[in-house]
Amino acid sequence: MTSTTPTAHAATGASNTSSASSTSDTTQIYRVFIRATPQAIWDAITQPDWTRRFGYGLRDEIELRPGGNFRGHVNDEMIAMGMSGVVVDGEMIEVDPPRRLVMTWRMAIDPRMAAEGFTRLTYEISEGRGGVSRLSVIHDLSGRPAHAAMVAGDQQGPGAGGGWTWILSDLKSLLENGSAMVAPPQ
Amino acid sequence: MRDDDRVFKALADPTRRFLLDRLFTRDGRTLTELESELEMTRFGVMKHLRVLEEANLVVARKVGRVKLHYLNPVPIRLVHDRWIDKFTERRVSALTALKRQLEEDSA
Repeated sequence: MTSTTPTAHAATGASNTSSASSTSDTTQIYRVFIRATPQAIWDAITQPDWTRRFGYGLRDEIELRPGGNFRGHVNDEMIAMGMSGVVVDGEMIEVDPPRRLVMTWRMAIDPRMAAEGFTRLTYEISEGRGGVSRLSVIHDLSGRPAHAAMVAGDQQGPGAGGGWTWILSDLKSLLENGSAMVAPPQ
Repeated sequence: MRDDDRVFKALADPTRRFLLDRLFTRDGRTLTELESELEMTRFGVMKHLRVLEEANLVVARKVGRVKLHYLNPVPIRLVHDRWIDKFTERRVSALTALKRQLEEDSA
């Protein structure tokens, strides 16, 4: 291990970090390695029976063809909280199972985010060695600061989850262990 | 080497943590930008970035003719879930048990 230490910049950098926004409003990239086939990962992100089981647990309705509609409907828990309708929406741009899915994506349930307009979301899946596949989420959030903050998990309290980091950790847990992470007992 | 080992090894170096801090503040940077904030040779910075990439903490992506570096927080979350939660859970459940007992006593 090298013994190099950051220079004087480090001190100023560290003190800036806490007050600076953690959110890039351009592109965010998230990547996770999952012990599953590309097809299993593809199914998990495109089939409503799977999308209900991890992350925000929306009931996704996806028309898997270019120009096809995408709608993520409220789940039972959200209905119980008095929510209704479509949470996220968008349109398919590129559908290449089980490798690549490109779509527009917007938080439709929040008026401020709905007004920001659509973002561009790309899923890339590749097969690696030893039955492990790589899933990358490339989210172009140019000019969409509210969306950028949300998918970075900024609006959740510490430990409360939220954003792509949490969604992908949960998906890994679901595909490798057969169950998504369970909320701690109250 | 296991995934966890790579993450801990990558995080064990102050220069690499500094690079992650810089990307946390502003994501999607070139090597030149990152290098300008460190008194280190280009080769040295590249070496550190490679360790971070191998640990999946940094994802490099070509955009046009430039290579941009992005912070990937997912492995840190996984380490947190695997190691940190495990050791803090007991304390939290002890507190919730205490709360329950106090509330039952006062009822």
